[in-house]
Amino acid sequence: MKLYCLSGHPTLPCNVLKFKSTTIMLDCGLDMTSTLNFLPLPLVQSPRLSNLPGWSLKDGNAFLDKELKECSGHVFVDSVPEFCLPETELIDLSTVDVILISNYHCMMALPYITEHTGFTGTVYATEPTVQIGRLLMEELVNFIERVPKAQSASLWKNKDIQRLLPSPLKDAVEVSTWRRCYTMQEVNSALSKIQLVGYSQKIPMDQASLKNSDVLVLTGLTQIPTANPDGMVGEFCSNLALTVRNGGNVLVPCYPSGVIYDLLECLYQYIDSAGLSNIPFYFISPVANSSLEFSQIFAEWLCHNKQTKVYLPEPPFPHAELIQTNKLKHYPSLHGDFSSDFRQPCVVFTGHPSLRFGDVVHFMELWGKSSLNTVIFTEPDFSYLEALAPYQPLAMKCIYCPIDTRLNFIQVSKLLKEVQPLHVVCPEQYTQPPPAQSHRMDLMIDCQPPAMSYRRAEVLALPFKRRYEKIEIMPELADSLVPMEIKPGISLATVSAVLHTKDNKHVLQPPPRPTQPTGGKKRKRASDDIPDCKVLKPLLSGSIPVEQFVQALEKHGFSDIKVEDTAKGHIVLLQEAETLIQIEEDSTHIICDNDEMLRVRLRDLVLKFLQKF
Amino acid sequence: MTSGLPVPSQVGHAGISSLIMDPECSQLLPALCSVLADPRQPVADDTCLEKLLDWFKTITEAGSSLLLLQENPCLLGLLCHVLKPQDLSPRVLSFSLRLAGMLAAQEDCFQYLQQGELLPRLFGEAGPLGGAAWTAPSVRSGWIQGLRSLARHPSALCFLADCGAVDTIFSLQGDSSLFVASAAGQLLVHILGLSLQGPAEGHPGLQTGDWPVCAQKIVSHIEESLRSAATPQITQALNVLTTTFGHCHDPWTQVLWGRLSPLVACLLEKDPVPAAHSLVDLLLSVARSPVLSSSSSGLWETLAQTLSHLSPTQAGPLALGILKLQECPQVLRAQAFAVLLQPLTCVLEATAQAPGLLDSLDGTGGASVTVDTLLPSKAACVGLLCRTLAHLELLQPLPQRPSPWPQAPLLGATVTILRLCSGSATPTSDAGGHLCAFLVGCVRVQRAALDFLGTLSQGTGPRELVTQVFAVLLEYLTSPDSSPTVLKKAFQATFRWLQSSPETPGCSDLDPHAHLFLRELLPVLPKRLCSPCWEVRDSGLEFLTQMIGRWGGQAGFRRALLASEVPELTEQLLRDPESYVRASAVAAMGQLSSQGLRVTPASPEHPGGQQKSLLAELLHILSTDSEGFPRRAVMHVFTQWLRDGHADVAGDTERFVARVLQVASQDLDWEVRAQGLELALVFLEQTLGRPSSHCPYAVTPPVAAPPSSLAQALRPLCRVQLFEFAFRALFDCDRPVAQKSCDLLLFLRAQTASYGGPQGSGSVPEVASVEAALQRWQAGDQGQPLGYLEPEVVVAVLRSMDLEGLRGALAESSDRVEKSPQSLLQDVLATVGALGEDEADCY
Repeated sequence: MKLYCLSGHPTLPCNVLKFKSTTIMLDCGLDMTSTLNFLPLPLVQSPRLSNLPGWSLKDGNAFLDKELKECSGHVFVDSVPEFCLPETELIDLSTVDVILISNYHCMMALPYITEHTGFTGTVYATEPTVQIGRLLMEELVNFIERVPKAQSASLWKNKDIQRLLPSPLKDAVEVSTWRRCYTMQEVNSALSKIQLVGYSQKIPMDQASLKNSDVLVLTGLTQIPTANPDGMVGEFCSNLALTVRNGGNVLVPCYPSGVIYDLLECLYQYIDSAGLSNIPFYFISPVANSSLEFSQIFAEWLCHNKQTKVYLPEPPFPHAELIQTNKLKHYPSLHGDFSSDFRQPCVVFTGHPSLRFGDVVHFMELWGKSSLNTVIFTEPDFSYLEALAPYQPLAMKCIYCPIDTRLNFIQVSKLLKEVQPLHVVCPEQYTQPPPAQSHRMDLMIDCQPPAMSYRRAEVLALPFKRRYEKIEIMPELADSLVPMEIKPGISLATVSAVLHTKDNKHVLQPPPRPTQPTGGKKRKRASDDIPDCKVLKPLLSGSIPVEQFVQALEKHGFSDIKVEDTAKGHIVLLQEAETLIQIEEDSTHIICDNDEMLRVRLRDLVLKFLQKF
Repeated sequence: MTSGLPVPSQVGHAGISSLIMDPECSQLLPALCSVLADPRQPVADDTCLEKLLDWFKTITEAGSSLLLLQENPCLLGLLCHVLKPQDLSPRVLSFSLRLAGMLAAQEDCFQYLQQGELLPRLFGEAGPLGGAAWTAPSVRSGWIQGLRSLARHPSALCFLADCGAVDTIFSLQGDSSLFVASAAGQLLVHILGLSLQGPAEGHPGLQTGDWPVCAQKIVSHIEESLRSAATPQITQALNVLTTTFGHCHDPWTQVLWGRLSPLVACLLEKDPVPAAHSLVDLLLSVARSPVLSSSSSGLWETLAQTLSHLSPTQAGPLALGILKLQECPQVLRAQAFAVLLQPLTCVLEATAQAPGLLDSLDGTGGASVTVDTLLPSKAACVGLLCRTLAHLELLQPLPQRPSPWPQAPLLGATVTILRLCSGSATPTSDAGGHLCAFLVGCVRVQRAALDFLGTLSQGTGPRELVTQVFAVLLEYLTSPDSSPTVLKKAFQATFRWLQSSPETPGCSDLDPHAHLFLRELLPVLPKRLCSPCWEVRDSGLEFLTQMIGRWGGQAGFRRALLASEVPELTEQLLRDPESYVRASAVAAMGQLSSQGLRVTPASPEHPGGQQKSLLAELLHILSTDSEGFPRRAVMHVFTQWLRDGHADVAGDTERFVARVLQVASQDLDWEVRAQGLELALVFLEQTLGRPSSHCPYAVTPPVAAPPSSLAQALRPLCRVQLFEFAFRALFDCDRPVAQKSCDLLLFLRAQTASYGGPQGSGSVPEVASVEAALQRWQAGDQGQPLGYLEPEVVVAVLRSMDLEGLRGALAESSDRVEKSPQSLLQDVLATVGALGEDEADCY
């Protein structure tokens, strides 16, 4: 069993499991941190961005100044943002039989895998995963396509040139494989290959099914293990209130689904207490409307608490009420209705959290100059300092409240204690404490045997061997069997057959009739042989009761018999005949001095006590 | 029913008997007894049986039980009746056993009951002891409690010996019901004490061999238990001894301990030490006993040995106990303190603190044992640290605490623990790494450590450590991960440390160090005041109020506070949805305003608009807030403002008082009305020109008031309708309000007396109409207001009222009617329908 690790990002995994001739891809996450190397795509013409100076080498050579721009000491690629795909060279993606998607964050690379690679398999995912994943993809495509960029920089990717660039561009990996965003057409085609998995269908959604598994592949743990989500939500609310009370605006860069629901729920409870009832909340995304609606219809996938609300005349999430009372308004884009409704101070939720595309770019440009305003980062996927780099110098306040509700290490250690897998496989990042907290031994996976770690483009041989295989027997062969009961309930039969193996299926077929040897013709090659079906010796079973055996010997005229107990059985000594019969659990030896007649007599006596079949 | 018992003579007791039980109760008693004796009429409520027993206890303590029995033969009937084989409820059986014991506590009554063989039948083998009822724990418990009451006199001891009760008590020590088991132990202690009291008044022989049989039997049983291999039995024996030595300091305890201490010492040789908790309790009880600690030679050695044998978790309470002893050898104290400090030594070692800190904490080589205890599991580690910190916190303020007190290492260790909990400490060893993993985010340890840190503010520490203390407090106050309770403790500890930081000589401001800290803290406070968690907002406001109260007058603090957003946010919290927060905000605003720290900028909601005065805002809260807490807080602030002569109040005090009293009198919350009386009193004192005395109701010779005439003096009080408010309060349905008003009026009457003369005559018809109105009020009809009252009328009314009588009536508890035994008996009977329909209580 082998695991091909196509992504090194611990929360955006893309692993391929190959076992026998089946190839399964587990998730296909897309690493978007590569976009941080690019200049933001402004929705509205930004003089500041378009007037950034071109970058030149130390010796003044400015041949890259069209591709690279400098902003406050950082260098950015002035081109359509590109993404770092999962490894495509490690394994032939056309051989992938099945792709299993666990959640919408881990399917963003799907079109790259299913389109143009010869993939012919099936993708399995649950309905909310597909629907919300579609929204995320749609938003992404929309954000990038609505700001067409004439230029596509590629010169800087040249290995020799890249070496000359400043960090982090210099250290960016696999830049040659970076790709532009897929199109909506590709998204639709990819999604059409998905087979929906119903709630509780086949795989029960509980932990018990994981118990005592041979290998547990552990990915997607919290990215900010030191931040407790509850504390961060509190921090988010407090900072939001402080800003708005001082007349400032709050910008929350976010995905159109996920944590935003929790934030809205928390604000719903909080705004009255904080005296913020008059402050408008805006949610701007091409998919804002669908997202808010979808969230209310997948009740069976929600936590128990929310599920119960379905039976009450209220929606599971309270944002519906925020919308009804006009406290929360949503728009597909900042163009159109929004510009006429817009009122300050306000709170704006919009994407993309990388601050490289989407409506958020405009708000950063608009509000960045005033220290009254605050940008609050809640998505943990991007380093907020890197995200802010092309907006420097920035007067607005920046608050980092990463809210990551994925499993933390305490939960993982509990899980491992309960599930007790034989082996754990995880990204290498989880096998040591985070670099910034090297003393925090609690922030790593601690298990016995130690977890096997992987990194991008590695292939792991998983320590899993099957000792038994399931074999089918053809009916006509089964008909010919004559089972013998050797113990109550257990019958045995010998089988002579041909084992036929194909596609990991094993079938026993009746052996071909022994062909009459055609006179004189000799077979050419031994490998062509059909196995010889000689008359088989019967198989023996049972044990020899020593006392009765001695009596039988005496009956047959042997005298002077001595029995000795040994560690493994008995030795029957026929002193007169100078013969020794060694009886052990799984063997019997007759040792006599070249007296074949005697040996055969004794053998027959022994056989009388055994069953033959 | 009473066959076999002599018919008691009642001659000559008629006078006394009426003292024992009032006739109404005596009349109800037969009905009660027959209800109790009837299995078809189950008594639903245990508590009424308990109340009945309480009542009988008062009766038997006050008078003769024999008389009681004689006058109420139904009681004896009940006791005889329960012995018949029948399906009686266990609770009635238990009740009867306890009642019999209570009655037999008096020797003459005991003899009387003995004559009828009633006691052996109740408490002996033939009684419930052998029957099916014994399976009910309540019956076993009743049996024990009955004997406990009974065992008061030598005859009782003989009775116990004869009926073999002591063996039963031995076996009940291991009863499945903890209550029964514990009561059995207590009973043994009691019997032992009783048998050794003896007629010769406490001089039993120096040898236990000379002791009464009963005592010898108990001692042998204890010995046997101590030698047992079963821990429960050892525990029982140790508990009996602990209770004995804790309660009795007679010389015989010395003999007993002399005989048993070798056996106790033997327990220490076992590994692990069995029943360690009980052993610790016993040794401490011995050490605390003045008789035993002064005489027993080996006690201190045993204690020292125990300290070194027990695991750190078990040794902690012993060490604390030793350190709390008044008299104790210095060496033992040092050892105990070292044991107590071990876990903290481990913490310091694990993070490789400066060696100087370690030296003074580490007294023994026991640290490695402690490491073993700390590290195997998170629960053990957390438990030990929490206990250690709590023990040290208890020890810190005691006069007998160890000296020198290792203030610096303790501070160092506490700060380290807090930093391990927050994940900011850097462990330097594997042990430290484990410790860190256990403690990160552990709220229990954080709370314990912050409490202890607060306590440590009483002492001083090296400057750099104090810097660390403030740093770690700031870290906790800033961290979004601090839970609300941890945050509250962090605020409390911060205030204590700020309070203890030395003031700069010359100017009474915060020292520069604390000032620097404050500059960093003040930006954090607004965020806390905006927290979505109301507990956090509340503790933030409480902290703020404390801070202003302490440093509100000091320039540095004022500047820092005014430069922050805190005052403005506090004002906004007056409208918080959580009533506790509103109350705290009211208190904080009251302080801010008193100190002149209230800012009035144009808020985003009212840009440039006219801002309401705080007085108006608080009045609004007082009259409209739906919850009591904010309204009470407003009343406190107003009272304080009036006392301090706050500018908003001083302008037109009469109008202010009139308004507040008017609103407060209509409040549904009695505490608000009571606080209104407090405010009225302050106003009264100010008006009559008396300086606020510390005890306003103290009878002191009245001082002549500045206003020349009484009428002149009282006129302002009349104008603010203080009397209407006070009279209304006098008939308040809540007793504390009425009491307070009564006191106020009495005080006022004493004041008016000083003016002398018959000024208070007033026009008679007016006085009469006021009195009539007051009578209506007292009857519950408070609809009609009194209107403006002339001072003369007030004085006349005051003089005519029986305020002393009213005060006496109010002093009696309000449930005196409901608690009467008669009402109790009626209740019991009513619940089973034994009273006539028309007599039943209708709730």
